[in-house]
Amino acid sequence: MSDLVKLTISEARKALKNKEISAVELTEAFIKQMESERKLNAFVLETPEIALEQAKASDKKYQNGTDGALEGIPLGIKDLFCTKGIRTTACSHILDGFVPPYESTVTQKLLDAGVTVLGKLNMDEFAMGGSNETSYYGPVINPWKANNSDANLVAGGSSGGSAAAVAAHMCMAATGTDTGGSIRQPSAFCGVTGIKPTYGRCSRYGIIAFASSLDQAGPIAQNVEDCARLLTVMSGYDAKDSTSSQKDVPDFTQFLNQDIRGLKVGIPAEYRPDGLNAEIAACWDKGIEILKARGAEIVDISLPHTKYALAVYYILAPAEASSNLARYDGLRFGLRVPGEHLDNMYINTRSEGFGKEVKRRIMIGTYVLSAGYYDAYYLKAQKVRRLIRNDFLEAFKKCDVILTPTAPTDAFAIGDKSMTENPINMWLNDVFTVSVNLAGLPGMNIPAALSARGLPLGLQLIGHSFDEATIFKAASALEKDICFVRK
Amino acid sequence: MAEFIIETPKGKWEIICGLEIHCQIISKSKIYSGASTEFGADANEHVSFVDAGMPGMLPTLNKYCVHQAVKTGIGLKAKINKYSNFARKNYFYADLPQGYQITQYKYPIVGEGKVIIDLPDGSTREIGIERMHIEQDAGKSIHDIDPKKSFIDLNRAGVGLMEIVTKPDFRAPEEAGAFLKKLRSILRYLGTCDGNMDEGSMRCDVNVSVRPLGSNELRTRCEMKNVNSIKFVMQAIENEARRHVEVYESGGEIVQETRQFNPTTGQTKAMRKKEFAHDYRYFPEPDLAPLVLTDEYINQVKSEIPELPDEKKERFVTKLGLTPYDAIVICENKENADFFEKAAAGHDAKKVANWFMGDFFAMLNEKKIELKDSPVSPENLGALVELVTQNVINGKTAKDVFEIMAETGEAPEKIVEEKGLRQVTDTGAIEAVIDQVLEANADNVAAYRGGKQTLFGWFVGQVMKASKGKANPAMVNELLKKKLG
Repeated sequence: MSDLVKLTISEARKALKNKEISAVELTEAFIKQMESERKLNAFVLETPEIALEQAKASDKKYQNGTDGALEGIPLGIKDLFCTKGIRTTACSHILDGFVPPYESTVTQKLLDAGVTVLGKLNMDEFAMGGSNETSYYGPVINPWKANNSDANLVAGGSSGGSAAAVAAHMCMAATGTDTGGSIRQPSAFCGVTGIKPTYGRCSRYGIIAFASSLDQAGPIAQNVEDCARLLTVMSGYDAKDSTSSQKDVPDFTQFLNQDIRGLKVGIPAEYRPDGLNAEIAACWDKGIEILKARGAEIVDISLPHTKYALAVYYILAPAEASSNLARYDGLRFGLRVPGEHLDNMYINTRSEGFGKEVKRRIMIGTYVLSAGYYDAYYLKAQKVRRLIRNDFLEAFKKCDVILTPTAPTDAFAIGDKSMTENPINMWLNDVFTVSVNLAGLPGMNIPAALSARGLPLGLQLIGHSFDEATIFKAASALEKDICFVRK
Repeated sequence: MAEFIIETPKGKWEIICGLEIHCQIISKSKIYSGASTEFGADANEHVSFVDAGMPGMLPTLNKYCVHQAVKTGIGLKAKINKYSNFARKNYFYADLPQGYQITQYKYPIVGEGKVIIDLPDGSTREIGIERMHIEQDAGKSIHDIDPKKSFIDLNRAGVGLMEIVTKPDFRAPEEAGAFLKKLRSILRYLGTCDGNMDEGSMRCDVNVSVRPLGSNELRTRCEMKNVNSIKFVMQAIENEARRHVEVYESGGEIVQETRQFNPTTGQTKAMRKKEFAHDYRYFPEPDLAPLVLTDEYINQVKSEIPELPDEKKERFVTKLGLTPYDAIVICENKENADFFEKAAAGHDAKKVANWFMGDFFAMLNEKKIELKDSPVSPENLGALVELVTQNVINGKTAKDVFEIMAETGEAPEKIVEEKGLRQVTDTGAIEAVIDQVLEANADNVAAYRGGKQTLFGWFVGQVMKASKGKANPAMVNELLKKKLG
């Protein structure tokens, strides 16, 4: 492995600016690494020619001093982001061969800042899954292995390709999306840093919709600072997305390396149930101690409706998904399996084009919106969603940021029977992350420790609406003393 | 109220009918995308990525469409809801690219209102508006190009619609007809919908049930979708109501269903159950924020509302002295009313109205031209009436002058001067002509004086002819009477 691929964004920017390395050299190093780690199945499409062209352009900009904030930084893009002229499939068979004639707002902002695009990253089909096993292109393999084991582990999901690629240095950073934990949980499983910003912080324009009221884009990177650099570029109001926020976007790097004395860190009682994995609890305690040692004030808080979050999520997200996925009908793009009549074409195309998990969620979503069930499921879930948000609003009267574990376990084996045979077990992975999406709040994963098996564990920082700043402040402090050794 | 009772040997029945009208919003671009709404383009020329339901595309609400909807709500004397939101209506069809229609469901932008309809007997009636919401139109499926394939044109997909739902207030087919005319007139005055039913920019769904006269019950109703002319709406109501009566009187039951109106036979027939058995799974549209309007905004729109047909009609009757009938006819169309008002300014409005609705429209029809292309300007029409009022020309000459105006577009004064058509009102001059006529027709003078009074009209004609039509007829009458004794 070339040392170049181990550079952080800040280090690479410095080296590029000082002409110690060229963007082309840097990109070539990543292309090589991407090729040598193909066994992980992190990329579903490699675009080395495009990356090199972009790198050449970046070198020119460094020459004439017009380099952008992320000039020449090689990124991987989750396959949920539409990329103009580059195949985009959401890792679903139903979008076979779909090449968007438009660019998502988030990737456009990154391109405008000068990034080079190495390719499209693997993910759970339509971002539905927590292990990257629902991808039409097969599961991503976690670069980490348990001690004394060769067993392939999941990278987490849905942004499994993004987290694995960053962990394996196949790209310097990646874009992800998070609907119920899809940035934070794979980041935890792969030992990398990822943030889901406040709902509305990043435009959803050009991101293939899963559950519109929950979906948010965010970066996955090697450390807190890189996340801050990326999120600063990715954020901002977009007239093409009515739900994007007009709030000013600060330069998030300004909140790093600050004194956190007096910062009030909330610890929710409901996140420490009786059966909580001891390793996870220990990791959490370690995080609490670090913040305390730096002068933060630890505050006990309560989020009483936490126990309903998973149920609410698995009603609302499928409901929206069942409608969002109606457009995949074989008529205008992607897969078409002909049928004698229109209805047969729909049935044939959607039966063959969608995987099992996607079909399951379409069925659930269709059911909960049906006449006679709407009030009992969808409407009730909307009301409880409001209560969950209110829990957080109450809690933030007492604290500035909340610290919790990111996932209830470390990475599990690919094909784990307890998950494949009972999808509810898979869904339980989201237990610490979904509330944050339901409340529309920002949340970040920071790699925090290794489990006894030698696998990464993550801690989650949850911030108030549009207060990513405080997350970065706390995360930066946590990261310094946590001494997580990356791959 | 228009009396409409279905009477059979077995009893008397009353019609209960309500309408749902889809009106295309006049706007340059679609309601959730920037694509053009221009009519008549080649297939799929005006389709944005949003309209085509491409992955990752998001709707954005067109503010102008909201403005148009609020304007329409005010024109319907309706409550404007300061809070409304959007919902998805889910169903699969080839001309609905997203697989759902973005509409408004529980919280429409416009609430209850009313429309006054004018009935042929001169009476008026109030029809209640239940609500109005905004939504997107679907594309068009074309099934008659290829025997096996269907073609889809998405130009119309995403065009803004206002769906107006009335209360079940109609008791007669002609009330529904009068309502559609009045609604179209209001929409055209407001400039929010062109109201062309034949082009599909205004489409009507009809709900009909019947009940025994005098009862208060509400029986099962049937719906007929997309009935596309006022005449057909009236036919559909009557025929469907008669069908209900027949079914009830033969001991049957009406089932709630969607039926199709066949314009050729005038009858309705049930659609296959599959064609309407939808569970639309409405839920709030997560891609669009709720629509919140301020009082300030609503007042601003209010200040832009022009005088509407009812108010204009009232003013024409009370201030200009028109008959209610003339006022209704003239005010149905804003262009007509504006033209008339310009023509009538400073002149005898009633006389102008007669000319306008008589010779003037006959001329447009004959030439097959639109009002805006009329060679006769409103000012010149008014001036012509004034010439008659001031006895400068007589009515007969005025018709000749009007004919010349219709050909040349010239001012009537100029024509009268140039052709020397000014009527003769000089007593001496008229007497001289009368003397000539009497002298030349001594035999008839004798006959008249001998008792053949009917010859008087003949003498008038001779005098008018001798004066080349220019003599004032009233004076000719008076002087002739004197001379003939």
